[in-house]
Amino acid sequence: MIYLDNAATTKMKDSVIEAMLPYFSETFGNASSTYTSAGQAARKALTEARGKVASAIGAEEKEIFFTSGGSEADNWAIKGVALKNKDKGNHIITTTVEHHAVLHTCEFLEKQGFKVTYVPVDEFGMVNPKDIENAITDETILVSVMFANNEIGTINPIKEIGAICREKGVCFHTDAVQAAGAVPIDVKEMNIDLLSLSAHKFHGPKGVGALYIRRGVKLENLLHGGAQELGRRATTENVAGIVGMAQALAEAVDGMAEKTKKLVKLRDRIIDGILETVPYTRLNGHRTERLPNNTSFCFRYIEGESLLLSLDMMGYVVSSGSACTSGSLDPSHVLLGIGLPHEIAHGSLRASLSEFTTEEEIDSFINAVGPIVQRLRDMSPLYEGVEGKE
Amino acid sequence: MYSEKVMDHFSNPRNVGEIADANAVGTVGNAKCGDIMKIYMKIENDIITDVKFKTFGCGAAVATSSMATELVKGKTVDEALQLTNKAVVEALEGLPPAKLHCSVLAEEAIKAAIQDYYDKSGIEKKIECSGDCAHCHAHHE
Repeated sequence: MIYLDNAATTKMKDSVIEAMLPYFSETFGNASSTYTSAGQAARKALTEARGKVASAIGAEEKEIFFTSGGSEADNWAIKGVALKNKDKGNHIITTTVEHHAVLHTCEFLEKQGFKVTYVPVDEFGMVNPKDIENAITDETILVSVMFANNEIGTINPIKEIGAICREKGVCFHTDAVQAAGAVPIDVKEMNIDLLSLSAHKFHGPKGVGALYIRRGVKLENLLHGGAQELGRRATTENVAGIVGMAQALAEAVDGMAEKTKKLVKLRDRIIDGILETVPYTRLNGHRTERLPNNTSFCFRYIEGESLLLSLDMMGYVVSSGSACTSGSLDPSHVLLGIGLPHEIAHGSLRASLSEFTTEEEIDSFINAVGPIVQRLRDMSPLYEGVEGKE
Repeated sequence: MYSEKVMDHFSNPRNVGEIADANAVGTVGNAKCGDIMKIYMKIENDIITDVKFKTFGCGAAVATSSMATELVKGKTVDEALQLTNKAVVEALEGLPPAKLHCSVLAEEAIKAAIQDYYDKSGIEKKIECSGDCAHCHAHHE
């Protein structure tokens, strides 16, 4: 199997699993219990993990709150700020290409009476900070813009958007689930108030994430109960998961520049290879301002799920923003958001790399795509009479 | 998520292609929704002697096209008109609920081709469609 779906989830590293193991067995104590013998070691592990995650994004230890994943972090940030500030205003700004954890949360809040502006993006999926600035009103209580897009990999000018929000006194959240561990993040320098993380995107375990909450930022709790996470999130701490997340993130940011160089080379090898060998194909997202591990294409005249299934049968694991994978008739909101017509957006394919990806895998993948696309085109009524026209 | 039968018909679709001297051609679906099926038939003495298809769509769209053409090949026109989407689904050993519309499309494609045959042969018959326009998108002229 050649795994090229690292934007969906990643393989855990052995070192991460090793770091976690003691917290399933000898160090199983409840980190919030008062007894010292069993709980203390777990408590210490939590503090260390918090410190590691904080330093990976330029935050302070007490600004990191562990969650069950990226979606919970997004939900908490958006609902938490909205509920806390509903007396100050009822307006939220986000973009048309966010992850559903953000979009569906905003839609939920709209039903509760909040007003949401969905700022459009350019043809590469990038947000113009000016558009955010222009959308801010006296009623605006939150701006939520993703750090990097999960489908097409485009990286947003987060620092500039953060500066605008800071100047206007509006809380700024960014979903950094795809960006964390892949590109440098400094929450202080980038003027970020809230930032969502998910461990399984950077070789950590599933079921754990974090929300960075800048000191002084007020938001309501999402989970009520015990006083875990400094009284802001009830639920017995997932100590092993948290330790794994911290270990994975620390490893991801360690030597990032070197790893990025290697990934960008592989990424561009795929992009150039596919665009050179497969006609009627476009790259989705920005050519350079994109995640080092993301490639996304649309192949005209064919449908993405067919392509994905065909590649899967040959052992290549990729993903598609295709409507048919999700069971709806509409193609990906991200591809429509960058202005693609439905018929082109249906033919999408995402191949996402990790530091485990090799050049041999990339070359094998590039060589596999062309013939499969041709086979599907030969079967497609849309392709009739196209060949040889250009 | 797909049955072995569906995967078989997706990876080795039967009757793919065009028929140069087809006397029945039907197209249903649209690119916007992500699936288009085009069925070609050669009908002689009321018998479907040959049938081919071309499909733009997901795995289920290809598999249902393939199975539907298999089910009508060699049949009389009236027999082919009895083909239901349910029969296509059963022959494929099931489809995920979200993909059932593909089987409806396959049934409609067969009917659209036969309607074309009627129109071209001066047979004054109108085949009633399922009325499920959201699934079919056939171009009513």
